[in-house]
Amino acid sequence: MEVTTKSMPYEAWQDNEYIEKLAEELRASGTNVIVGSLDKLINWGRSNSIWPLTFATSCCGIEFVSLGAARFDMARFGWEVARSSPRQADFMMVAGTIVNRMVPVFRRLYDQLAEPKYVIACGSCAISGGPFRKSYHVAKGIEDIVPVDVFVPGCPPRPEAMIYGIMQLSRKMKVEKFFGGVNRQERRIKFYEEHPECQ
Amino acid sequence: MQDFSVITDWIHTFLLSTLGCPSWLAVTIECVLIGVGLLLVYAVLALFYILYERKVCAYFQCRLGPNRVGPWGLLQSVADMFKILIKELIHLKNIDRFLFALAPYLVIIASMLAFAVLPWANGLQVIDFNIGIFFLLAVSSIGVLGILLAGWSSNNKFTLIGALRSGSQMVSYELSTGLSVLTMVCLAGSMSVGDIVASQERLWFLFSGHLPAIIAFIIFLIAGTAETNRGPFDLPEAESELTAGYHTEYSGIHFGFFYLAEYLNLFIVSGVASLMFLGGWMPFHIPGWEGFNHVMDYIPGLVWFLLKCFTLSFVIIWFKWTFPRIRIDQMLKLEWKYLLPINLFNLVLMAIIIVNGWVI
Amino acid sequence: MANMLEKIAKEFPMATVETADAKTTITIDDSHWHALARRLRDDAETPQDYLVTIVGVDWKDSMGCLYELMSSADPKGNILQVKVVAKDVDGRPMLHSVADIWDIAVYYEREVYDFFGIVFIGNPDMRRLFLSIDWKGYPLRKDYDDDPILNPVSTESERQSDFTDMWVEDKDGNVSKTQRRIFAENDFVVNIGPQHPATHGVLRFRTAVNGEEIKKIDVYMGYIHRGIEKLCENLTYPQTLHFMDRMDYFSAHNYHHALCMLYEKAAGIEISRRAQVIRVMMDELSRIASHMLFIGTYCMDLGATTMLFYTLRVREQILDIMEKTCGARMTFNYECIGGVMQDLAPDFVQDVHALLDVLPANIKEYNKLFVGNVITQNRLRNVGILTNEDAKSWGITGPSGRASGWACDMRKWLPYSIYSELDFEEVTATEGDSLARFNVRMREMEESAKILSQLVDNIPEGEYCVKVPKVLKLPKGSWFQVTEGCRGAFGLYLESDGTTKPYRLKIAPPCLNLAAVVDHITVGQKIADLITIGGSLDYIVPDMDR
Repeated sequence: MEVTTKSMPYEAWQDNEYIEKLAEELRASGTNVIVGSLDKLINWGRSNSIWPLTFATSCCGIEFVSLGAARFDMARFGWEVARSSPRQADFMMVAGTIVNRMVPVFRRLYDQLAEPKYVIACGSCAISGGPFRKSYHVAKGIEDIVPVDVFVPGCPPRPEAMIYGIMQLSRKMKVEKFFGGVNRQERRIKFYEEHPECQ
Repeated sequence: MQDFSVITDWIHTFLLSTLGCPSWLAVTIECVLIGVGLLLVYAVLALFYILYERKVCAYFQCRLGPNRVGPWGLLQSVADMFKILIKELIHLKNIDRFLFALAPYLVIIASMLAFAVLPWANGLQVIDFNIGIFFLLAVSSIGVLGILLAGWSSNNKFTLIGALRSGSQMVSYELSTGLSVLTMVCLAGSMSVGDIVASQERLWFLFSGHLPAIIAFIIFLIAGTAETNRGPFDLPEAESELTAGYHTEYSGIHFGFFYLAEYLNLFIVSGVASLMFLGGWMPFHIPGWEGFNHVMDYIPGLVWFLLKCFTLSFVIIWFKWTFPRIRIDQMLKLEWKYLLPINLFNLVLMAIIIVNGWVI
Repeated sequence: MANMLEKIAKEFPMATVETADAKTTITIDDSHWHALARRLRDDAETPQDYLVTIVGVDWKDSMGCLYELMSSADPKGNILQVKVVAKDVDGRPMLHSVADIWDIAVYYEREVYDFFGIVFIGNPDMRRLFLSIDWKGYPLRKDYDDDPILNPVSTESERQSDFTDMWVEDKDGNVSKTQRRIFAENDFVVNIGPQHPATHGVLRFRTAVNGEEIKKIDVYMGYIHRGIEKLCENLTYPQTLHFMDRMDYFSAHNYHHALCMLYEKAAGIEISRRAQVIRVMMDELSRIASHMLFIGTYCMDLGATTMLFYTLRVREQILDIMEKTCGARMTFNYECIGGVMQDLAPDFVQDVHALLDVLPANIKEYNKLFVGNVITQNRLRNVGILTNEDAKSWGITGPSGRASGWACDMRKWLPYSIYSELDFEEVTATEGDSLARFNVRMREMEESAKILSQLVDNIPEGEYCVKVPKVLKLPKGSWFQVTEGCRGAFGLYLESDGTTKPYRLKIAPPCLNLAAVVDHITVGQKIADLITIGGSLDYIVPDMDR
């Protein structure tokens, strides 16, 4: 199955094997025709309406502002409805370093997001701690704190890279099963098993 | 001029005589039909308005706005609706559950009831009764209750401040909308929506009412913007101050209701403004230019009404994306120290004009 | 200055005054320090009213502080350094506080306490500044144990306290700890931040409000404290440079330039004129870009979102110029020890000309669209007035300080690089309100454009980077320098022990002062004014937190 978005041909994506594997896993058990088509409709809606939470800690946040500006204009994809309240946002672009003191706040913000929720780790600090990895007061990657869906490398990533990252997220949403599977929760349970301290 | 009452009358007689329904059943069926129709119009309008604002603001900001979902991005807000429908409704601890759940419905009901008296076209109106405009003002102020409840029941300091701001704002600006509507009611000599539109057949009130009508129009636009909580009066949900204001704690479809109601209120304010000042569905007529008036009559009333609404909404959206936000004390000062005295004076002026028969 | 030093040597015989390389250091013991501080502050001729920073240092055998002072009455901008060694009381290093003499010292001393554990007797608010209340150890001490088991990354909310400590000394010299409430008992405290759209990053204000009116603000920093100063101590000199890009990311070039200059001064490296011109041009381009973003985000905070997009248009143009030369849109890492990383892009001159052509029209548009608006005028005029004296006492420099009538532009006061040869005006205003702070930035963009137009056609030929040794070792010694970032005076203190790594690199960013003063100028105003004032001060949170 070719999963792609309107803006990009299937061949142009860099990691088609991954998404195909994901789709295969999810569809292994088969699906009902009616539920399947309802799923498609809902996933069409979900994948085309990804509202970010206004959350930025450092440099990457400024590039996220540029992403909204006229040159990169994320409004084209319908992502410009940045909500300040986590209850109303769909994904969190973790733009910037997460330090020890910020971790509880960040974790709480994630918990406040309404399902279905997604996290993009944007920039090397969020991915691994980046240039500050050796510091005494920096979390070494947010993957230990919350489940991450997409990683966008860079320091800071260019706005184009961020667009690509969010489009990847949109593609992921397209293959998910909303009914029956609700794979997000399964993934979260698995995450909690691996990281009992985050419960 | 097309008259929609022909169609409605036909439905009525069809139900009564052809199908032989008793009159109570006929009325019930009609009510259900109207209800379904209104809901549909309501949803479509809200979706259209969301896209409208996003596109308009994008063009103000030298951007393109949504253009990937559907042709020219037309389906963007449909996708958003699907998303909002399936979002989780978060249950909060330590809140007043009942009021928390009630608030969004109050807000949406307030704006829905206001639809009842809006004249869409000649005869295309749910109900035309003798205090129509009064009813409209009354129901549209139910919304503030919803907002106050939302802010209070969320048990959150930001929502509380947002709700209180909203309360003081709505209560104050209700005066201005009321008084400027009253000015026009004086001119029309009736509170019935049908009569108000009919009395603008010669010329729209904005032009026939001399200076007071123009003043009332400007004040109504300002107060209407404030009533709908839109910029520069968007203090109750001032993003940079109170995160998302009174609806900070709402998620999923409950938030969706607030979101939709905001845009529908925008439509209602533009609708009332076009009804009171620009003749509602009445085509543009100029006394004496018979040929011109005749040509204008060929354009259906529905088109006229929607066109006027969208134009006025455009102006209000324009306000939002141009002006910085006003501060709470300045906002109240504007109302109580400037708009209210001007409005009262304006009302007297209008009365003098009418008594002396100086109306064009 | 010389007069004052003579008098002080007489009045304080126990103090030693040394002058070496145009730097004066007074060494005094803790018991006389407070009196000396008062004397320096109240000097009739050159009152030392600007406390640039307090540098805490761990000399292994002892700990202490270096107070860097400047006098606003001194046009030459001599820097006076006072060295005070902490005395040990019950295993705790202690010093007397100067918080009653310079307002900003409250925060500086909290920072030193946080990093070194030096307690300041008499400081009314002796809490940690950046690290959480239960943090174990003092990270900048040389014997700090950074084992993550001691201070684990936890998702549990950190402990909060409504009390603050204060150490007081009685007549007999016994020091004891007392506690004090931060807010009154029944205050309605709203927590603004750390995740809040208006705090420009992750800053937290605990705000006591009375209806819409603000009663008191308690600033919490450290939500993006990354320990750059400690990291630098374990990196070689060239490796430390890249952190400068990631503090105040809008002043990336300016900060980079400053640190390179400091190392070059310490190593005695002369750089070519071409490199100097390139650096200054990059500085001024950043300044325009930074102020552009300030105007945009400020207007967005006030609700006029559209302005953001108009200003970002010009910023993108500047980023294009930088990208062509430096290869990045942000975090350029362009200046290096000895010059700059690579030569200018071929169409640099042409691009700068294109920018200078569109700039005046854009500034005019912003004035028309925003500044002239009656709502803007009402929101900004007479809101958050910072008086001249307060600006000095709180160490508010940069455009915000200049808006209070304090000529504190380091490019004029302590001219570095080629700034002394350039013809530009120091923009000041006297009102000290938010509108003045806004307008000063608007006019500074014009001045920066003036500097650019003087340089763009006169970039001399030559090498862009002189040869420097592969392994850079700095001689033993200490250096302090202040330069101008986009937001104010950027101080750097370097202590070298003769190895390839800095022994202590203290970064004194301007934004710490800007955030610290918010409480002082916001009390009594509305919640909405907090956004106006915070925005007009234009602090960058990663800069203050480091």
